[in-house]
This record gives sequence, structure tokens and C-alpha cells, in this order.
Amino acid sequence: MTNNPVIQRIQQDISGNDVVLYMKGTPVFPQCGFSAAVVQVLSELGVKFKGIDVLTDPSLRQGIKEFSSWPTIPQLYVKGEFVGGCDIVREMYSSGELRELLQTRGVNTQAA
Amino acid sequence: MAMDAGEIERLIKQGIPDAQVAIEDLRGDGDHYAATVVSASFAGKTRVRQHQMVYQALKGRMGEQLHALALQTSAPAA
Repeated sequence: MTNNPVIQRIQQDISGNDVVLYMKGTPVFPQCGFSAAVVQVLSELGVKFKGIDVLTDPSLRQGIKEFSSWPTIPQLYVKGEFVGGCDIVREMYSSGELRELLQTRGVNTQAA
Repeated sequence: MAMDAGEIERLIKQGIPDAQVAIEDLRGDGDHYAATVVSASFAGKTRVRQHQMVYQALKGRMGEQLHALALQTSAPAA
């Protein structure tokens, strides 16, 4: 375990919510095209998710990159596990893998 | 800040010696690229792990000097 409060908060958020998206801006007003693209994929799948805006907190913006060894935002987590950034999420969505992953993990998706 | 496409390719090949790298400057601004990287070392690894290997080869430049690099990675077809 860690004493770093930012990392502790990340762990709490991703274990307390089925689907979490670390993003720039909010789901309603994304501030970056890559974040907006992932929000759109999740909306098309009809998935409920918690959007966390890293722009409001520089320590979180840095902390999430260290947490996942992933240098960019957005970052998608499902049931506490890092799934990927924008490219991977889009690729998995078009191949159907993302829906499959969500269903396997017991996350509700609406039939398209 | 921007990065030259040749420099990106050089760094990736330095980190992943067998990599076949194709880079496209998406907007012609030296800041938004798409890279396709094919390497035998990706075989059997998750996409997250494959992309992490490329980011590692870029030695911290991703997200700093390099704002946007759309990545597509794969192992060579058997």
C-alpha cells in the first residue's frame, strides 16, 4: 500500500466505481478531443461511468500517469483495472472487445 | 513544443530494435502524429503493454514534447 494521498484516492475511485474515466474536462464538456472520443464510445455503449476531470487538480493529473505507467489522458478503468487510452478504447470498441469486456465484468451495457 | 517524425522513429527503433515503424504527421504541425509499430516483441502481450513499450522507448517525451501520438501496435502476421 502507499501513503501517497493522490494514489490512495485513485485506488478508492477505481475500486468504488465500476467504470471510471480520467479525462480532461467533464463528460458534458470535454476539453480535449481524445477525452471526448472515449466519452462518446461509452455513451454509445450505454455505460454508466464516473468522469474525473484531471484539469482541476495538477497532482491528480501527474499521479494518474504514474499510477498506470501511462503518459497520457484519457485513461479508462473497468472494475479497478486499467483498460487503455483513447486509441485502445476506440480499437476495442470497433472490434466488439470492449462490450465483451464490460459484459464479462458484469457491467451493464444497453443493446445498441 | 513539437518533435520531428524522424526523431520519433529513431527513438522507437532504438528501444525496440526489430520494430517496423510508419509515422504520419496528421496535421503537418509536428505535434499530432499517428504511428504504426510492428514488432515480434509484441507477440502475446496486451495492447496496454505494447503501447507502454513504445512509450518507454520514447523516454518520457510522450505527453510532454509530444502532445499526440495515435498508436497502433501489432506483432507481425505469422
